[in-house]
Amino acid sequence: MILNDLIEIKNAELAGRKKITLRCCMAAGCLSCGAKGVKQQLDKAVADAGLQDQVEVRGVGCMKLCCEGPLVQADPQNSLYIKVTPENAPSIVAAIQGGQTSVAQTDPDAAFFKRQLFIVLANSGVVDPERIESYIAADGYQALHEVLNEMAPKNVVESMVQSGLRGRGGAGFPTGLKWGTVAKSPGAKKYVICNADEGDPGAFMDRSVLESDPHSVLEGMAIAAYAVGADQGFIYVRAEYPLAISRLQLAIKQAKQMGLLGAGIFESPFSFNVDLRIGAGAFVCGEETALMASVEGKRGTPRPRPPFPAESGLWGSPTLINNVETFANVPPIMRRGPEWFAGIGTEKSKGTKVFALAGKIKNTGLIEVPMGTPLSVIVQDMGGGAPDGGQIKAVQTGGPSGGCIPAEHLDTPVDYESLGKLGSIMGSGGMIVMDDQTNMVEIARFFMEFCMDESCGKCIPCRTGTVQMHHLLDKIIQRQATPADMARLEELCDMVKSTSLCGLGQTAPNPTLSTLRFFRHEYEQLLRPDLSGPPPNGASETRSASAAS
Amino acid sequence: MAAKTLTINGLQISAEEGATILQAADEANVKIPTLCHLDGVYDVGACRLCLVEVAGVPKLLPACTTKVVEGMEVKTDTERLRKYRRMTLELLLAERNHVCAVCVANGHCELQAFAWSLGIDHVRYDYCFPKWSVDNTHRLFGMDHNRCILCTRCVRVCWHIEGAGTKNVSGRGGHARIISDLNQPWGEADSCTSCGKCVQACPTGALFHKGSTVAEMERDRSKLEFIVTAREKKQWIASD
Ligand SMILES: Cc1cc2nc3c(=O)[nH]c(=O)nc-3n(C[C@H](O)[C@H](O)[C@H](O)COP(=O)(O)O)c2cc1C
Ligand code: SF4
Ligand code: SF4
Ligand code: FES
Repeated sequence: MILNDLIEIKNAELAGRKKITLRCCMAAGCLSCGAKGVKQQLDKAVADAGLQDQVEVRGVGCMKLCCEGPLVQADPQNSLYIKVTPENAPSIVAAIQGGQTSVAQTDPDAAFFKRQLFIVLANSGVVDPERIESYIAADGYQALHEVLNEMAPKNVVESMVQSGLRGRGGAGFPTGLKWGTVAKSPGAKKYVICNADEGDPGAFMDRSVLESDPHSVLEGMAIAAYAVGADQGFIYVRAEYPLAISRLQLAIKQAKQMGLLGAGIFESPFSFNVDLRIGAGAFVCGEETALMASVEGKRGTPRPRPPFPAESGLWGSPTLINNVETFANVPPIMRRGPEWFAGIGTEKSKGTKVFALAGKIKNTGLIEVPMGTPLSVIVQDMGGGAPDGGQIKAVQTGGPSGGCIPAEHLDTPVDYESLGKLGSIMGSGGMIVMDDQTNMVEIARFFMEFCMDESCGKCIPCRTGTVQMHHLLDKIIQRQATPADMARLEELCDMVKSTSLCGLGQTAPNPTLSTLRFFRHEYEQLLRPDLSGPPPNGASETRSASAAS
Repeated sequence: MAAKTLTINGLQISAEEGATILQAADEANVKIPTLCHLDGVYDVGACRLCLVEVAGVPKLLPACTTKVVEGMEVKTDTERLRKYRRMTLELLLAERNHVCAVCVANGHCELQAFAWSLGIDHVRYDYCFPKWSVDNTHRLFGMDHNRCILCTRCVRVCWHIEGAGTKNVSGRGGHARIISDLNQPWGEADSCTSCGKCVQACPTGALFHKGSTVAEMERDRSKLEFIVTAREKKQWIASD
């Protein structure tokens, strides 16, 4: 494969395009409500109408407005059909020929779409994720070609630094800096890992990217591997994402067949292989050191850092680990230049962020917005506010490591620093909207229960502290807690945050702390100063009690 | 090897390059509390009791896995650290069923000794009273999960010193527990060589010699050190 071959594939693909395209969402959300049948019937209706050479029915990835699925978009008519059933197919086919249709539609130019800016999701809902030609037609793998032929590895790292991209896996670590460290770490063997463990409740950004545009992640990984000097990559993807896994497997196979992965890519000396590793459902395996232990076939528990993976990672070799969305940003940055990317977003948070918008909100789905977009724009303008006239009370970001931002702070711009100031985090992109019916103490208990269940059990503060904090939150909700219990809870939050080994324990108190900060009265209302509290647990007393049991 | 100078609690000391804060402190006779650390096996930084404050570092660092750096200013005994250590112990005591009065290790238990040294005479958290079993299937040894603090010292000596790989951890969070082979009764674990190193390594009464009764379990750690010295330094010297 050389550049000309790539361009030939692109031109052939574009030349083969038909006058009309019906794009059918084939991502997990729409598939779960019958999209497969819709596509079959559309194929049939097109055939029945004898329009095969004029109409292409294309299976595509996520079209973002997941709550209205199955979705079908007709181009160039610019009609977006919602909640489509297989029976609707003939009517849609009639409509694209100029007829009338009663199939429900929504405005593809509504704020939900118009306020988005697509970098990571540019191909999502447009290309066919199961055909590499479709990705190539969207300029896919051109960035890899340019990097391999025209740039030295250190210039690639330099471009990433200039772009200002920060890791999308949660902590927002500068990506270029990380690449530079791995590139400089001595070692004959290096690895690149894509973290696709996505375990936050309510989050589905990474899944959508993998299902909708797997090649962008592969291309991003290959560019990274060239920059840091690695020849082997792993994608650690959770077993709960079977569709993402099968599309990745197919994408890897197709890329290998075309010589875009494997030995001597683009006839250069650069070789890069990618293998999948399937996670078995532990949230903690998203933590980088636990993830690497799991890839090595060990029990997935975190270990103290340093050494950081960049110096000593998989099997002791320097290892670059980035999130799915981080890698998906790489090909557009290399194609359009770091300056272009750095021009989007805020001073310290560049580019866009993908969010999985969920909870008490009219439009749920996938959104990509420039960094710095105010939360109110997201939940009110794009999300359409709370359904059934409810009032939005808070927005939760960052999942079990994040916090709840109260309605009065909805003018906050979405960027790493602003969210951090409010005691939340950007996180990986889960955004859960809560309305006035939500009990914030219960929210705190929900996330604490999650952390308690997902704690790996290695270090004492997280293993035992989450149990006690959950117990105290439970006591508060049961109206059995005294003000002394509340003080104990706050003391534990501080202790577990300060002393736990890994990020899970260090951030497990965040949802509790943030609800305590903004909704303290909800806790206080439930307290029972009249109770004298538990009997002072004299050690001798308890010993006899347990000895008797 | 180059020496590094640092201060621990204001005391100026020197340590070998590559030494951990714990080793440096030990040489300077500064005692840092530990539970998961065991001389001779690798450290895992799990119990968090050895956390120390280092000037200029916002996070607390585990002394057992943090290497000394030139000019480091370490504090091992601040108000904040004492508070956290006390809470950690209380959390441990509330987690499983630590009933000293009926324990084989009474008087020879690191957990108990440590709790005493901090003056812990009551626990401010509700006891969990979980139901854990006792594995008495091994010919020579027993395991009482009620007293296990999951320090994984037994696992590490079993893999790292004996090389048998019998002991392991299964489950997660509060349900994590020490298992033998593929979660079999210890007596049926073929890989166990009955060397007893895990029993020697255990800080509490969780692992014990069969036939010992209350307060009888004394441990002889020098045996473990003997093997490690022999292997790493090729010196066959018995410590006393
Ligand atoms: C408990 C825990 C779970 C995590 N889960 C994920 C995850 O599912 N996906 C992810 O990309 N990063 C996750 N992370 C963050 C990773 O450890 C790591 O920082 C990230 O993959 C680095 O990629 P980035 O620099 O591209 O953000 C998790 C961290 C912790 C502490
Ligand atoms: S903080 Fe929790 S998840 Fe992380 S190592 Fe400790 S017990 Fe395991
Ligand atoms: S059995 Fe003993 S040595 Fe093993 S983990 Fe439990 S307390 Fe530690
Ligand atoms: S001795 Fe350092 S963490 Fe346990």
